[in-house]
Formats: sequence, structure tokens, C-alpha cells
Amino acid sequence: MTPDFDPAMLIAMMTGRNHNGLLGTQYSAHGDDWCELCLPYRDDLVGDAASGIIASGPIITMMDSATSISVWLATKKFRPQATLDLRVDYLRPAGPGKTVYGRGECYKVTKSIAFVRGEAHDGDPARPLAHVAGTYMFTDG
Amino acid sequence: MAEFASPYARTLGLTQVRESGRIVVTMPPGEGVAGRPGFLHGGAIGGLLDYAAWVAVMDALDEGAAIKPVGITVDFMRGGKMEDAHASARIVRMGRRIANVAATAWQEDEAKPIATATLKFLVVRPS
Repeated sequence: MTPDFDPAMLIAMMTGRNHNGLLGTQYSAHGDDWCELCLPYRDDLVGDAASGIIASGPIITMMDSATSISVWLATKKFRPQATLDLRVDYLRPAGPGKTVYGRGECYKVTKSIAFVRGEAHDGDPARPLAHVAGTYMFTDG
Repeated sequence: MAEFASPYARTLGLTQVRESGRIVVTMPPGEGVAGRPGFLHGGAIGGLLDYAAWVAVMDALDEGAAIKPVGITVDFMRGGKMEDAHASARIVRMGRRIANVAATAWQEDEAKPIATATLKFLVVRPS
């Protein structure tokens, strides 16, 4: 680990402002190669007013941010990176009123590419509502 | 024009216009859609693509039909700059049960997409 690598600082940088600030994404937990964020329910994040189900967009943002942080945690280093692709499979809708949790994990890093996967749930990790897979490219060389 | 505007779309400030037979959705720039300094957040671009696909499918279906998202894959091609981002979606196949959709997001030049997405929706038609 490089001396200036500070997970708390990176996580603070990724939440509480900008697009994550608008959506209200918050830090939940992290480990050596994973990060969990959460998204408290809000009426203005709903995709269809009749159902009260949260839109896909906020889930994409939370999973992009959680998997992004997981790459830095796994490499123990902050490097600029760009999302190449992100796939989200919607297993079931999120429960109206419930906080959604999103956990991203970096499971493989090569010289140029980081591979990530993740899951989202609304309280019970055994009943995921979305599965995610993606890749990032390091942009510093 | 399908009168489909979600609370989330309003949160992003999305507007939509019908233009040569398709619907173009526009997301204005701002801190609320920013990611790394000076660029749009990939998730906001994903949300824009997702919404453009929703309106395209809803617009193509008869009154009373509903759709459920099955999945989305977003390919990011260029950093989104702090200016208007547009997105439009094309229905690749409208099946009885599944709609396959391709969405593109661009800024100054539609021929240079900042991101594209493929999406699948389950279509629930009124019985």
C-alpha cells in the first residue's frame, strides 16, 4: 500500500457530492477488494410514479461508483480510470420505500484493465435485485 | 408523444422532443450529473440512455401496455463533457414478449457517440 492511499478519502470523494450527491448515495462498508454503497429511498428517484419502484439510473450510478472504488481498493492505489462497459441484470424490482445496497468487487486486474462484478439488494443479500459486471481501463498509461 | 416522464427524469432535468420520427432526450450539464472533475458521471449517462429506451418502447406500444426492465449493457466510448448530452433509442425488435432496444448518447456530433447501450424489456400487454 502506498503511504498516500486513503480509502476513506477516496470514498468521501466519490459520495456526498456531484451526481452521487444529487442521488444521495452513501458509504456503507468496504474490504480489501470491495466497497458497498447504499441509496436511501426517495420519491424523486422513482422510475414510474404509479409503482413507486426506483428507476434503473440510480442503481447504475451506485454500482458504477461502488465498482469503481473497488478497483482502487484492490490495487491499493488511486489511478485514473474510465468505465469501458457496465452490464446490469435486473432480477427483481426494488421494494418501494426500501434502501438499496450495492456492493462492487474487483476480482481481476491486468496491466490495463480491471474486471468488476457486483450485486444490489434491498435489505436481504440472499435476495439480490440486480447483478452487475463491468470493466475499467486505467487511463494513466 | 408518449406522456411518460418519471420523477427520476425530472431529478436529472431531462427534456424530450420528437424529431424526425424519434424521440430525443436531453440532459443538461451541472454539478448534479458530474463525476470526475469536468466530466459527466457514467451513471448519469447510463440513466439517460435507460430513460431514452423507456420512452422509445412506451411510445411504440399501445395504451395499457407495461414494460419491465430485464437488463442493460452500457459501452462508454468518450468522456461526457459538461454540456448538453442527448440520447435516442431504436427498437431493434419488438416481440410479443421481449423488446430489444439500442440506445445512443452523444453531445456535439451524433456520429461520435459518448456511449451506447443495449437493453431488453419484458412487455406486458393488456389481455
